[in-house]
Amino acid sequence: MSSATFLGMPPFPKAAGKAVGDARLRHNLRRATHTIRDKRAAAVGELGEDWLRLRAEGAAIKEHTLRHLDRYLEQLEDSVRRAGGRVHWAADAAEANEIVTDLVRATGETDVVKVKSMATQEIELNGALAEAGITAYETDLAELIVQLGQDLPSHILVPAVHLGRAQIREIFLEQMAEWGVPAPSGLTDDPRALAEAARVHLRERFLRTRTAISGANFAVADTGTLVVLESEGNGRMCLTLPQTLISVVGIEKVVPTWTDLEVFLQLLPRSSTGERMNPYTSTWTGVTPGDGPQEFHLVLLDNGRTDVLADTVGRQALRCIRCSACLNVCPVYERTGGHAYGSVYPGPIGAILTPQLRGMASAVEEALPYASSLCGACYEVCPVAIDIPEVLVHLRERVADSPGHPGEKALMAGAEAVLSSPRALDAVQRAAGLGRGAVPRRLPGPAGAWTDTRDLPEIPAKSFRQWWDESGRGRS
Amino acid sequence: MRIALFITCVNDTLFPDTGRAVVRLLERLGHEVVFPAEQTCCGQMHHNTGYRRSAGRLAVRFVRTFEGADAVVVPSASCAAMIRDGYPRLGAGGSRLSRKAARLAPRVYDLTELLMDVLGVTDVGAYYPHKVAYHPTCHGLRVLGLGDRPHRLLRAVRGLELVEMTGATECGGFGGTFALKNGDVSSAMGADKARHAVDSGAEVLCAVDNSCLMHIGGVLSRQRSGMRVAHLAEILACTEKEGLTR
Repeated sequence: MSSATFLGMPPFPKAAGKAVGDARLRHNLRRATHTIRDKRAAAVGELGEDWLRLRAEGAAIKEHTLRHLDRYLEQLEDSVRRAGGRVHWAADAAEANEIVTDLVRATGETDVVKVKSMATQEIELNGALAEAGITAYETDLAELIVQLGQDLPSHILVPAVHLGRAQIREIFLEQMAEWGVPAPSGLTDDPRALAEAARVHLRERFLRTRTAISGANFAVADTGTLVVLESEGNGRMCLTLPQTLISVVGIEKVVPTWTDLEVFLQLLPRSSTGERMNPYTSTWTGVTPGDGPQEFHLVLLDNGRTDVLADTVGRQALRCIRCSACLNVCPVYERTGGHAYGSVYPGPIGAILTPQLRGMASAVEEALPYASSLCGACYEVCPVAIDIPEVLVHLRERVADSPGHPGEKALMAGAEAVLSSPRALDAVQRAAGLGRGAVPRRLPGPAGAWTDTRDLPEIPAKSFRQWWDESGRGRS
Repeated sequence: MRIALFITCVNDTLFPDTGRAVVRLLERLGHEVVFPAEQTCCGQMHHNTGYRRSAGRLAVRFVRTFEGADAVVVPSASCAAMIRDGYPRLGAGGSRLSRKAARLAPRVYDLTELLMDVLGVTDVGAYYPHKVAYHPTCHGLRVLGLGDRPHRLLRAVRGLELVEMTGATECGGFGGTFALKNGDVSSAMGADKARHAVDSGAEVLCAVDNSCLMHIGGVLSRQRSGMRVAHLAEILACTEKEGLTR
């Protein structure tokens, strides 16, 4: 039961090149993204102008909270402690994994159930637990599919979006028995039958397992309340049945009060699943004697977040509420899927979050800010108004300012030299006009990326400025 | 009205017909067009690829060249967006460039804005007997907020039949250096856009950005689709008397 990892994946252009050639993937993604996209558009559209006010409010609350994050985190810590929970601080993934592993060990359990959580995916907690002899069982339907298939999540909201139901049926038939209750032998690819097989498989697990691990969508500072939004009720099973609950939560998830939370409980469901109201919203505040988990640990995770906070342009990425609207609307994501982004955070938000959280550590991170045509559809749908194109360009500047890429830098410097002088530009245009018959149909080198799939425009005999000068209209 | 034309480096070098069409159209409507000879490029390519300082220097040139103009027309929505939305953010807050750019920005117009908002015309007296689909390019749609201006201008053209295109507001995949850096994804996006364009039944695909049209048109041409592309200015410049610009 190894757990898959994004480590060692090729940079985006190469991984994406492979993905766009996968007909089944393209088909699955086109269908799924367009379905959710349309649902969101309807759910947001019915609010009209009110949506824009909600969006501005959501962005403002997040901005305010991030500006005073130190204060709200300490308030959260106090509130959770007063309510009977314990708070742990983790500077990075290794620290967080160590804290969680020790906490699980202390319970004496070797099995844990998990609520769908991006933070624990980010720190690759399952792998760390496995090394300590602890098996983590994913209970979100899509996460379960990904885990059984020894696959990687490819979407924030629907991690198995890259798979079709026939593929899911195969995974269930082949893998479920190894993990617990097997799939019924006559299993069809009817979504209802697949969901029922998962329900039976998971039900047994919920009743047996005494320790749960979750993330949280929000953490309310003034009451110490943690909040999880989900659609299946499986999360609530994990949050209520076990004796011990450990929640790993990024420090940017804090909101000041329940009044602030109210804004996000409207923004998030409409943006993510295209629903007016979220089906299962679980909230818990510390421990309640005789009801639910009797031991609660909150692990507050930094893992690069304070570095992001220090960047005045890039920090808006920390407003993200993980709704996935930007993934669903992105023309690039629609054609590549999530794996090409080499991170648990794919799509436009991943392209600005991953290089910031990890730093420009390798060619993978350096390629991500360029994984966009800057069409702006992501910014348009973002419920907290993250100007993703602005951050993408900002991160491209960081790449361009770093050592390396000598070829591109020389080309850009050459282009600037020509464009800095109307005389030089005119000379280049005249030379191009003279050589227009000699342009090959297929260009060599990096320019071949154009002519592989596209014809070149015909080069005109005269540039516009040459025509203007000859037209007798005169110079100004 | 005296209107300064910022042709843009791509139009100047590769699509002079578009510039000639803008001149012909505006002169036909009774306006004077001037071409400040010191102009070159808005800096969008450098800016969007991460070369901020180069973009800043090109922006300074643009502002210096055009700051005296009453109105500047830009027959490229993405270049107009770079000037209006990008320039004020290029310099640090309160820098000379930001201040000057912010003062100039309200007088910089995409062709459709100039025609409808400044000159107050929708029917420019054009005649173009063809079936046309319009592709709203991303920066015109989302940064400038052109809305239905291009559609209204096209509907007023005699003989022209404007047809709907599936997925019209989706990016066609050009994206500047994205087209080369991520050639596979760019091509996949272009293939879908080309398919929608052909399926619309139109003969001509129209837009207000020749760089996007160069990409989609390149796909259409490679596919031998038989469909061609045209900048909006070239359509609006045609009349019964003076036929196609080409």
